[in-house]
Amino acid sequence: MGNALTIAHKEVKAYFESPIAYIVIGFFALIFGYFFVALLSYFVGQSLQMQGMGGGAPPLNINQHLIAPLFLNASVVVLFVLPSITMRTYSEEKRSGTIELLLTSPLTDLQIIMGKFIGAMTLWAAMLAVTVPHIGLLFWKGDPEVMQVLTVYLGMLLMGGCCISVGLFISSLTKNQVVAAMATFAVFLLLWVIDWISSFTGPMMQQVLTYLSITQHLDDFTRGVLDTQHLVYYISFIAFGLFLTARSVDTERWRG
Amino acid sequence: MIEVEHLTKRYGPVTAVDDVSFRVEPGEILGFLGPNGAGKTTTMRILTGYMPPTEGKVTVAGFDVLEQPIEAKRRTGYLPETPPLYPDMRVRDYLTFVAKIKGVPRGEVKARVDRVMKKVYVADMAERQCGRLSKGYKQRVGLAQALIHEPDVLILDEPTAGLDPKQIIETRQLVKDLAGNHTIILSTHILPEVSQTCQRVVIISKGRVVAVDTPDNLTSRVGGSETIYVQVDAMGGDVQAALAVVPGVTGTGIADTSGTVVGLEVQIASGQDIRRGLAAAVVNQGWGLLELRSMRMSLEDIFLHLTTEEARHSDEAEETTTGGEEAVEPVDPEVMNG
Repeated sequence: MGNALTIAHKEVKAYFESPIAYIVIGFFALIFGYFFVALLSYFVGQSLQMQGMGGGAPPLNINQHLIAPLFLNASVVVLFVLPSITMRTYSEEKRSGTIELLLTSPLTDLQIIMGKFIGAMTLWAAMLAVTVPHIGLLFWKGDPEVMQVLTVYLGMLLMGGCCISVGLFISSLTKNQVVAAMATFAVFLLLWVIDWISSFTGPMMQQVLTYLSITQHLDDFTRGVLDTQHLVYYISFIAFGLFLTARSVDTERWRG
Repeated sequence: MIEVEHLTKRYGPVTAVDDVSFRVEPGEILGFLGPNGAGKTTTMRILTGYMPPTEGKVTVAGFDVLEQPIEAKRRTGYLPETPPLYPDMRVRDYLTFVAKIKGVPRGEVKARVDRVMKKVYVADMAERQCGRLSKGYKQRVGLAQALIHEPDVLILDEPTAGLDPKQIIETRQLVKDLAGNHTIILSTHILPEVSQTCQRVVIISKGRVVAVDTPDNLTSRVGGSETIYVQVDAMGGDVQAALAVVPGVTGTGIADTSGTVVGLEVQIASGQDIRRGLAAAVVNQGWGLLELRSMRMSLEDIFLHLTTEEARHSDEAEETTTGGEEAVEPVDPEVMNG
């Protein structure tokens, strides 16, 4: 574990020593801020309208009508941003030859992979941290439900973890960072839209496709529901991605 | 310290390393010599546990690299052909990172980094980013990286490639200083390097070992008769005649002439030193003796001899002409003296 953390530390430093971390965090902050303003304005407008109608209707639920859509929108940004985090993880090491250092050090493949995964997750968490002030503002002026906010963050972290594990795997397949980024983006996109055709297929296929879609599983988290079904999906997805990475690194080794 | 038994590595249909076996004793410097593409890097990568062999067994410091890779890697320092540096990291941070993943105890990391930076003379660049270092410094940081966990075994893949002559001499000296505490395998295609630094040489060609011996033994084994080069300030024909009668001379030939200066190659029976006789013969004729040196068959010649001999064995269809004479390049005096 110590070794994995050493690698994670190196990864995080590498993100922050190059412009990547600042670009992705800045980009995410900008888009999230924009979504926040847009949805907040809409939400305030709706609330005022409801009040104007009078009749003692309950006030709009801030979690359901602001925070949930906000994060569901923000999760689209992940699609564009996370490939640029994961593209370098293995590709760069292969290109520069530093992979020889890692593979000839007394480390197991798992330690290297976990180190890289934790490193990328840390950057993803830093991106999410940017959104904390916005949500803090809502706590200050309104009263959202704490549990629901926490599950949203957990869901976002896990969904990002899925993307990162796929990104790691794809990066381990190529020396070329651009190829890694494009392929990762393509796979994310596919996982995103995979349930769109579900209504045209048979019931069996429909269930499978809906289950595979990574956004479907985020829905419940944004409603404050912590369902083991979704936890299992995300965690097994991440484990599978990391397993594929391990296989890929090992195969590469045999092929030389 | 290192035992390689029947090592074979195939990439699909291509056999990069073919049944290679050798041993390296503790404290020894072994030179690994071969033309480009002979399988040097592949062999070294297998020794370091970077890739597994197709067949065969490698034991480093008593640990099988396949069965106990972590233990073997803990005792191995490896400098690949290109030093594995992270261009954005500062030298000190880089070495600290390497020290940690190589298993240096946390409390000792800082002291160890300082010590190794002094040892390879990069302390003045500690705060410089690795990507901004000159080639020579990169190579030294690469060496520091291989040394930091004080491994028993050091594997250096062309440590002097791309360095300037002064850096080459410094690096060689550094490698020599390291022997004793470390067992070293050093690959190169620069031959004087081997005769100067290594106690034993493994010559590899097309994935096969063609010779394992000390540089001296190789020289006497392959070089039957010896040659002496004599440069005289006189006319060629006269000199040839005068030297041919010196006892011990078996043949003479003119190597070069420029103006009134003539250079001759004098073949002598092996084991005799007739330089005094030659000098006396020249001086007695009243000529000026400009140069007189022994042209022992250099490692270069042996290398070409062995590797081309190998090529002939594998390709019988080729004509069986006189010995290896036409393949042996004229010796470049600078390389010889280097």
